[in-house]
Amino acid sequence: MSTDWSEDTNEDRVRPGAQGRGSTMSMSSPALATPTDTEPSSGPAPRRAEGRRTRTSGLLKLLPAVVVVAVLAYLPYVPTEVPGLLPGRINGPGSMQLLATCLVMAGIALSYDVIFGRTGLLSFGHALFVAAGSYLLSISLSTWSMPLWASILVALVLTTGLAVVVGAIALRVGGIAFAMVTLAFAQAASIIVLRNPGGVTGGEEGKSLNRQAVPDLLVGVAHAPYRYWLALGFVVVAAIVVTLLVRSRAGHAMAAVRENEGRAAVLGLPVYRVKLLAIVVGAFLGGLGGIVHALVLGGSNPHLTTTEFTLGLLVMVVLGGAGRTWGALLGGFLYHYADARLVEVSGSSLLDSLPDVVRQVLSQPLFILGIFFVVVVYFAPSGIAGLGARLLRKGRAS
Amino acid sequence: MTDLLLLVVTGLGLGALYFLAASGLSLIYGLMGVLNFAHGAFMMAGSYAGWWTMTSLLPSSMAVAARLAVAVAVAIVVGALVGFLVEVVLIRPLYRHHIQQVLVTVGLSLASVAAAQGIWGADPKPLPKPEWMSQTTELFGARVPNDRFVFILVAVALFLGLLALLHLTQLGLVIRAGVENRTMVEALGINVRRTFTIVFSIGGAAAGLAGLLYSQYSGTVSPAQGGSLLIYAFIVVVIGGMGSLPGTAVAAVAVGLVQQLANYYAASGVGDLSVVLLLALVLLLRPSAMKGALA
Repeated sequence: MSTDWSEDTNEDRVRPGAQGRGSTMSMSSPALATPTDTEPSSGPAPRRAEGRRTRTSGLLKLLPAVVVVAVLAYLPYVPTEVPGLLPGRINGPGSMQLLATCLVMAGIALSYDVIFGRTGLLSFGHALFVAAGSYLLSISLSTWSMPLWASILVALVLTTGLAVVVGAIALRVGGIAFAMVTLAFAQAASIIVLRNPGGVTGGEEGKSLNRQAVPDLLVGVAHAPYRYWLALGFVVVAAIVVTLLVRSRAGHAMAAVRENEGRAAVLGLPVYRVKLLAIVVGAFLGGLGGIVHALVLGGSNPHLTTTEFTLGLLVMVVLGGAGRTWGALLGGFLYHYADARLVEVSGSSLLDSLPDVVRQVLSQPLFILGIFFVVVVYFAPSGIAGLGARLLRKGRAS
Repeated sequence: MTDLLLLVVTGLGLGALYFLAASGLSLIYGLMGVLNFAHGAFMMAGSYAGWWTMTSLLPSSMAVAARLAVAVAVAIVVGALVGFLVEVVLIRPLYRHHIQQVLVTVGLSLASVAAAQGIWGADPKPLPKPEWMSQTTELFGARVPNDRFVFILVAVALFLGLLALLHLTQLGLVIRAGVENRTMVEALGINVRRTFTIVFSIGGAAAGLAGLLYSQYSGTVSPAQGGSLLIYAFIVVVIGGMGSLPGTAVAAVAVGLVQQLANYYAASGVGDLSVVLLLALVLLLRPSAMKGALA
C-alpha cells in the first residue's frame, strides 16, 4: 500500500507545467545545497528553447478543452432525448438547469482544488466563501437595492477581503489544526445565516434574488439555456485562472509547499504568503461560483454554508483527482449529477427485489457517494482523472 | 444571582457533554494524529443503539431509569465495537497517511448519516426520559434541571477514569509515551498498533455514551445530532491543546460556560458565535499551544 502512495506523488511532480522548477523540488539531495547548485546549471538559454517547444505542445493540449467547451456550448441546440440520464430533452429546461448546476459545482470544486489539491491545505471552510459570494449578491440586490454589476463587485470584494482575514488567522496553525479552525469559521457563518440577523439572510428559507434587478435573460424557465451558458462561462474563466496560476511562479511555489513545506521554507519561499495567496485565489473563484450559483438557482440557500457542503467539495475533488484541473471539474460535475440523479435510480424497478432496509439505505445518494469515496481513497488515490491518465499512458506505451 | 447560578450549572452540564464527545477525539488525535470525522457517526451509533434498547428491546413496563441504565451500557458497547471495527478495517491500512485517514473518516461520516436517514428517516425520534431527570432541584434559589447533574457526574467520572487509566496502568504509560514520541515507543519494541486499536475503542465508547446523553439532553434522536455536537467537540479539542486530557476538560467547561452565558446575556446565537471567537482568540494569543499539532 505504502509504495502505491509515494508513486502517486511522484507522478504529480512530473506534470509538464511544473517541470522547469519541479526538477529542483524533486531532487533528493539535502535541501540546503539545492539553491546554489542548480540555479546556474539551468541557465536561461536552454529554458527558452524548451519554452518554445512547450508552447506548441501547450496549444495542442488546449485542443481537447476547446472541443469540450464547444460541444457543451452547443448542447442547448440539441433536442435529443437521453432516457435515464437526463430529465427530458437535452435542451429542455429541466436538463439545462441540472447541467448548469453541475457546471457551477464543477467550477466551485476547481476553486477548492486551488487550496486543497494544488497547495495541499486541508481546509474545511471553503463553504464560507462560496456562501459569502452567493449571499452577498442576493443581499446587495434585494436589501441594498444595488444594480447587478455593483452587487457582483461588492460580493467579490467582500468575499476576497473575508478570505484575507480568515486565511491570515487560520494559517497561524498548520496541518490538522488548520482544518479544524477553518471548519469553525465556516460553522460561525452557518450559524449567522441560520439566525437571520435583521431578516437579511432569510434563515432556513434562504434568500431569493430580486428578479427586477436581474436581466430578463437570466430569469424564467424559458431562459434556462442562458443560465447554462453563464455557468459554462464561469467554468471556463475558473479553468483559465487556475491554469495561469499553476504555470506562474506562485503556482510553482504552491506545488513546492504541497510537496514539502519544510524544504520550501528552507529554499527561501515565503510559505505563509504562498498559502494565503492560494486561499485568497480559491476564495475569489469560490465567491464567483457562489454568485453564479445564486444567479442560476435564483437565490441563496443555507445549505451552501453547511459543513456537509464543504465535505462534499472535498469528496468531489478527491473523486475527480486532486491537483488536476480536469479531475476537479469532472469530480464536481459528476458528484452533483449523481447527487441529483441517484434518487431517480433508487425509485426504479432495479431495486424492487431487495429487502426494504437495503433499498432505503441505497436510496440515499450520499450513502452511495460516501462509500464510493472511501473506495476511491483506498484504491484510486489519484481519482478518476489519475486513473484516466494512467490508462492513457499505458495505451501509448503498448 | 440565581440566574447566574442556573446558567453556570447548565453551562457546566453542556461543557460535560462537550467533554464526553471531545475526550475520545482528543485521545485519538493525540496518539494517532487522526482527525476523526467518524466520531459523529460513533455518537450517532450510540444514541440510536440506546434509543432502540429503550423503545424496542426492553418492555415498556420496565422503569424508564432502569431502561436508560441498560441503554447506556449498550451505547458504550456499541460505540466501542464501532470504533474497534473502524480502526481495524479502515484506519489501520492507511497508517501514516494522515490526510487519507481524514478523508476515509469523512466518507464514513457522510455515508453513515445517510444510512441512518434511509433506515430511520431524517425526523427526530422522541427518546423516553426518566421522570426524575426532567424535574428540577432547587439549589440556592435556582431551579436547576436534574439531568445537568447527571451529565456533570458522568463527565467527571469519565475524566477521573481516563486519568487513572493514563497514569496508573501499563497501557496508560504506553499511551502517554506514544503521545509524546511515537517513534521512540515503537523503537523500544512496544506494539503501538494494538494500543491504537484500544484507544480507538475507548474513544468510540466515550462517543457512544456522549451520543446517548446528548440525545437525553435534547429529548430526541436524529441522524444530524452527531455532526452538530462534533463541531463543538473539535473546537474544544483545538482550544484544549489537541491531545491533552486536562486541557480538553478545561476547554470543554470554558466553551460550555461561554456559550450558555453569552446566549443569555447577549442574544440567542451570540453564544455559538463567541465560541468561535474564543477559538480565534486562543489561536492569536497562544499559537504555540498548537505547536505540537503541526502535523
